[in-house]
Amino acid sequence: MTRPPWTCATFSEVMQPILKLSGARFRWPGRAGFGLSVADFAVGSGETVMLLGESGSGKSTLLSLICGTILPDRGSIEIAGTDITRLSGSGRDRFRAEQIGVIFQQFNLLPFGTVMDNILLPLRFAPERRKRAGEAKDAAQTLCTALGLPEAVLGAKANALSVGQQQRDAVARALIGQPPLIIADEPTSALDADSQAAFLELLFQQTSAHGASLLMVSHDARLGDRFDRVVRMEEIAAIERAVA
Amino acid sequence: MIFRLAIASLAARALTVGMTILAIGLSVALFLGVEKVRTGAKASFADTISGTDLIVGARSGSVQLLLYSVFRIGNATNNVTWQSYQDIAARPDVDWIVPISLGDSHRQFRVMGTSQAFFEHYRYRQGRALEMAEGVVMADLFDTVIGADVAATLGYTVDDPIIVAHGLASFAEHKDQPFRVSGVLAKTGTPVDRTVIVSMEAIEAIHVDWQGGAQIPGQSTPVEVIRGMDLTPQAVTAALVGVESPLQTFALQRAINEYSQEPLLAILPGVALQELWGIVGIAETALLAVSAMVVVTALIGMMATIFSSLNERRREMAIFRAMGATPATILGLLVLEAMVTAAVGAVLGLALLYAGLTIAQPMVDSAFGLWLPIEPPALREIWVMLAVVGASAIVSFIPAVRAYRLSLADGMMVKT
Repeated sequence: MTRPPWTCATFSEVMQPILKLSGARFRWPGRAGFGLSVADFAVGSGETVMLLGESGSGKSTLLSLICGTILPDRGSIEIAGTDITRLSGSGRDRFRAEQIGVIFQQFNLLPFGTVMDNILLPLRFAPERRKRAGEAKDAAQTLCTALGLPEAVLGAKANALSVGQQQRDAVARALIGQPPLIIADEPTSALDADSQAAFLELLFQQTSAHGASLLMVSHDARLGDRFDRVVRMEEIAAIERAVA
Repeated sequence: MIFRLAIASLAARALTVGMTILAIGLSVALFLGVEKVRTGAKASFADTISGTDLIVGARSGSVQLLLYSVFRIGNATNNVTWQSYQDIAARPDVDWIVPISLGDSHRQFRVMGTSQAFFEHYRYRQGRALEMAEGVVMADLFDTVIGADVAATLGYTVDDPIIVAHGLASFAEHKDQPFRVSGVLAKTGTPVDRTVIVSMEAIEAIHVDWQGGAQIPGQSTPVEVIRGMDLTPQAVTAALVGVESPLQTFALQRAINEYSQEPLLAILPGVALQELWGIVGIAETALLAVSAMVVVTALIGMMATIFSSLNERRREMAIFRAMGATPATILGLLVLEAMVTAAVGAVLGLALLYAGLTIAQPMVDSAFGLWLPIEPPALREIWVMLAVVGASAIVSFIPAVRAYRLSLADGMMVKT
């Protein structure tokens, strides 16, 4: 895409984009197939973006595309300069482990593993990230301290933690080894209003401390003013529904 | 770390996993137990007689001759005349010969007439000789030596009186000639344990007043008179023969089989044992097959458990996937879990086997004369256990492939 030299550069163009979707289109298989196409969407390095959308707006599909668990029928998805649509299935899994920290709504943790196990889990699949993490256990400890998790819980089973503690554990897991992109799927939905604010504060603080970009999906517009940018699903994505 | 998480995941489902482990453990214990009994039975079977080169009897079948002469099962179709016995004994290639005369019983135990030579030449379990637990070998005409089981079952000790019944399971008792226990043999684990041994002459003596299976009415020869009579046996039921040199065994066997005065049969005990085991072996193989099926059933049970757990574990798989695990890792994780489960089950099975052996060993020995040795696991047992672990990997592959598909479709989002 060429741009006349006299116009102003957009925010994401000035910054090196960490995530860039161009002409990506995906359709779920089956007759009731639901399709999604994203013409152009980018997240700059270090940027925090909130993606607003109602349920059924294709948020989950978009996140699956970005994480590489599904492959677009056409178009490209670049993360940190790599077009992941050109990678093999296991290559995308590995790439995800190396480059993306993922935080779910809830049930983030393996309940039978310890807090420490859960934090270190992505490093198991990402040797580069493991190297970046240095002394992994120390790094996990530092992260937990920064996230306000008492050191004593590190050895505890994940299911012994409160929901708030579990979400903070999930943040520590997403941040360990400093992946450049953090994807959060409504991480505050299981928390009450007070905890939501405190949790988001921590999330912003830690992502910026680690120099990571944050793409958070939510349906709650009230949280939007804290982000660099708020994008509505319908602005970037077109939904195709199969005709019944 | 993945291995540790797999263990932790199993531990988190302790109840169902424990049940699966128990099922596998029991089935493995059953399989190894059957195997143990089988090899034990085979060994003790083969150990029943050793050091005897030929068994001679009236012409019938080799298995039948072996059964009645050694195992005291069934009866002889005919006797061997004393003359023929003497002829064989006189042959230069015969080193020793032991006569056996059967046909009477004491309670549920068979009475065997034989000579002193029996105690010298009868060997079991790779050449072990008979030993007296107490008392001595019979010296008097009406002395008897009893096997360990006879003594234990009937509570006899040295000097106790015994009345021998004519025939088997007969009520016609030789009341006039009571015997005395002169010795009790040490336990052998062979049919000797269940035998009442008397001299050849004693067999003749108790039949002095008998004819055709019934006592001659009114006739009762006093013991003193009997002692003075010529009690040379008229016939023997069978004879155990040792040859001078093993090379002569076959020549002697042929000579006896071709003996013109009387139809006789000479058999090699080892060969006849093999033949007999060939018959018994079918049941043994069937038993082994059944217990193998039990192991297979337990493994299929495990497969069903894994299948049913898949749905509730989709969340767990999604977390693994989000962290960068490939679907192949998920597959491997499930197979690994199954193998760990089976391995623990196999070890539990081995432990159950040893516990069972420790408890059952004396009981099986006294009830069946079967000695099951408690030894460290043999290579064969280790192979069985490895096979169970290997089979679990194969069996778990089916649900694991389903998990692979599920996690491929679900990705990080569980759509339920």
